[in-house]
Amino acid sequence: MQDAERIAAQAVEHHRREPSQLLQILIETQDGIGHLPPASLTRIADLLDLPRSRVEGVAGFYSFLHMEPVGRYRILFSDNIIDRMLGSRGLMESLCRLLEVAPGEVSADGAVSVDTTSCTGMGDQGPAILVNGLAVTRLDEARVERIASLVRAGTPLADWPADYLHVDDNIRRRGALLGEDFVPGAALQAAMARGRQGWLEEVRISGLRGRGGAGFTTAVKWMACRDAPGADKVVVCNADEGEPGTFKDRVLLASQAERIFEGMTLAAWATGARQGLLYLRGEYRYLLKHLRAVLALRRAAGLLGARILGEGGFDFDIDIHLGAGAYVCGEETALLESLEGKRGTPRIRPPFPVTHGYLGRPTVVNNVETLAKTTLIAVQGGAAFAATGTPQSTGTKLLSISGDCAYPGVYEYPFGVTIEHVLEDCGAHDPQVVQVGGASGVTIAGHEFHRRIAFEDVPTAGAFMVFDGRRDPFEMARNFVHFFAHESCGFCTPCRVGTALLKGYMDKLASGKGAKMDLADIEWLDRLLKNASHCGLGSSAPNPVIDTLIKFRPAYERRLVSLDFKPAFDLDAALETARRMTGRDDPAAHLDWREEV
Amino acid sequence: MGGKFLFDGQPVPFEEGQTILQAARAAGHYIPHLCWHPDFPPHGSCKLCIVKVGGRHVSSCALPARDGMEVESNTPEINGERRALLQMLFVEGNHFCPSCEKSGNCQLQALAYELDMSSARFAHFYPDRPVDASHPDVLLDFNRCIFCELCVRASRDVDHKGVFALTGRGIRKHLVVNAESGRLADTDFAVGDRAADICPVGVILHKRVGFALPIGERKYDEASISTVAMEKGE
Repeated sequence: MQDAERIAAQAVEHHRREPSQLLQILIETQDGIGHLPPASLTRIADLLDLPRSRVEGVAGFYSFLHMEPVGRYRILFSDNIIDRMLGSRGLMESLCRLLEVAPGEVSADGAVSVDTTSCTGMGDQGPAILVNGLAVTRLDEARVERIASLVRAGTPLADWPADYLHVDDNIRRRGALLGEDFVPGAALQAAMARGRQGWLEEVRISGLRGRGGAGFTTAVKWMACRDAPGADKVVVCNADEGEPGTFKDRVLLASQAERIFEGMTLAAWATGARQGLLYLRGEYRYLLKHLRAVLALRRAAGLLGARILGEGGFDFDIDIHLGAGAYVCGEETALLESLEGKRGTPRIRPPFPVTHGYLGRPTVVNNVETLAKTTLIAVQGGAAFAATGTPQSTGTKLLSISGDCAYPGVYEYPFGVTIEHVLEDCGAHDPQVVQVGGASGVTIAGHEFHRRIAFEDVPTAGAFMVFDGRRDPFEMARNFVHFFAHESCGFCTPCRVGTALLKGYMDKLASGKGAKMDLADIEWLDRLLKNASHCGLGSSAPNPVIDTLIKFRPAYERRLVSLDFKPAFDLDAALETARRMTGRDDPAAHLDWREEV
Repeated sequence: MGGKFLFDGQPVPFEEGQTILQAARAAGHYIPHLCWHPDFPPHGSCKLCIVKVGGRHVSSCALPARDGMEVESNTPEINGERRALLQMLFVEGNHFCPSCEKSGNCQLQALAYELDMSSARFAHFYPDRPVDASHPDVLLDFNRCIFCELCVRASRDVDHKGVFALTGRGIRKHLVVNAESGRLADTDFAVGDRAADICPVGVILHKRVGFALPIGERKYDEASISTVAMEKGE
């Protein structure tokens, strides 16, 4: 235990005893110990001069932090519906059988634990797992057997076959962003030549809107931050790509990091910010080394740091913060809380981040793709950027395509492309349903495939999951409901309790005990979540249920056993404990035994 | 710059910076709430204070009033949603009013009466939440926690002790105390703390006084919660 305290103390010192670094400190401490034993939390609290309860509060919030011991190999199966369609459940059973461990538990020798986790962003190359935080893709029975033997032999992860830890970009269609070479610094030079005001004007002309889902006009956000009182402004890149079925930001981080960091620097040029933070979801931790190397290159090239490109008064640098398994942190105010080392609970708005953001300072929070796109605007000009797409949705959009199609991967299209066009390109035969925008998005049925990907028609942060005629829309919706119940931060009543209740109803239907009254309750819960939730997670959590109930109601109705009411509760099963205690299992110890005899 | 807004059709004046809930209260209109407290900044977690403004649901405790707003609050629609939120809070924890020492002084119970909640509607979760009786003066019965964080806020911002905090996430969220042992007795909590008297439900209970005043003669036995709130400012 003294070791634990020493490791915790080192992590605190490494982060300059800064309380806002609490999440980073906890991650680093767990890296050293394997989990976060009570003494480590006490030590961290003492050194940071924080109440221990607050440290425990943060440690308990994030899925990838553990206050109880976990296996030396911690294996997490991505549990998105796409991974399931690729066989993840059967592979997990195989691995558990081979390693003699039950899902969710630690093996008797402490060597391994196997569990599920929310979508890891590998839908184009699943089924995927995380092993001690690192992504392993394209699982099949052969890989599972090999992984079991590597675990049994205690082979360090670094010595596993390199192709296991290899992640493909799978870029299938290139537009302006993915198709053109980028010279680091070129966009900055062009923007700086225009002056800060001139650069903002180009962004305004481009009509660029946020690619994270909400579609807020980027120039308006930047101007509001620039005009907010306070000299110490901040630019935050939201790389917490947690929406199930989305992985285009992962590909941008891997292949276009220069553009992303340059986009952040362009935002700093526009707003006068001096500090930049990139919040990287824990699932993409394997990219950390690469991203840090790119930052170092940019510093060496004078593209970050003091006097960028020799311009007096233009000082800006970027730090990377790691997330630790919390979808809600993709919500910008929850992300700011997490950056401050707190629980990722969305804030009350107003005030908005542009005036009161990171540590209360004016802050711009932009999605990875949005920032990368600003480099195009700088180089080509705003009007050229706005020449593609539609008048309300300018430029291109990256789609993460997965599911029942021949060519899953990342596709860049001008906004306005029809869903049927995309389906044809990705080789989808017999598509029945497309889930656009992820679990929180829109369920598109066959008769709507003529609709367009655009803010004014079908908006999306990038997920495009294809389901063919073999799939069951109810099971898709149920998977998403489980996801939201798992990821609810628990702050507000409707989302905390409502998502858990909704999960119960969907499971009741799945187990064949549903009744018409349950559908009425489901629709009532949908409405409460939509109306009363504190943030977008809660209000969009019922979307897949609302949509599938409207468009695929028979998928629900064929699961109903009764038209009025059927309890989820099994009275006879509840007597099992009493039977065991009394050593009885004769017919009279069961309900309805007379009928059975 | 203040102004006036319409609250269920009645004009309500407000001063710059006042929230809908504050201005409505000042004008004599009660809006149900659990996590809001007159002595603390808005928190916005219980959502009992939802109202409709221009067709949109908002938390009236947190949203600043604006001139010309039209606010719907005491309507069958909104009260129906509030009742459902109460039902959620009831099924989420373990609430057995007849045997609870807070009965009659409990805001959750009082609001359930106020809003005509006659059943729990949803399936109960029956969570396993052990009590903490370690402290000589105060018992913690976590079964009744509604996560309003009033104790968290009072202990942090008034008592400057940070005795309470929430950990976990989603439906597994729970209250913890500031000690490695997890026991209240091992914190610097004192019976005179602001946090000791802030719980709107029956989590933080003073020992040895549980039934000094019999059930039936308590605060919300005498008058409804809306009357108590408006007449006594509680």
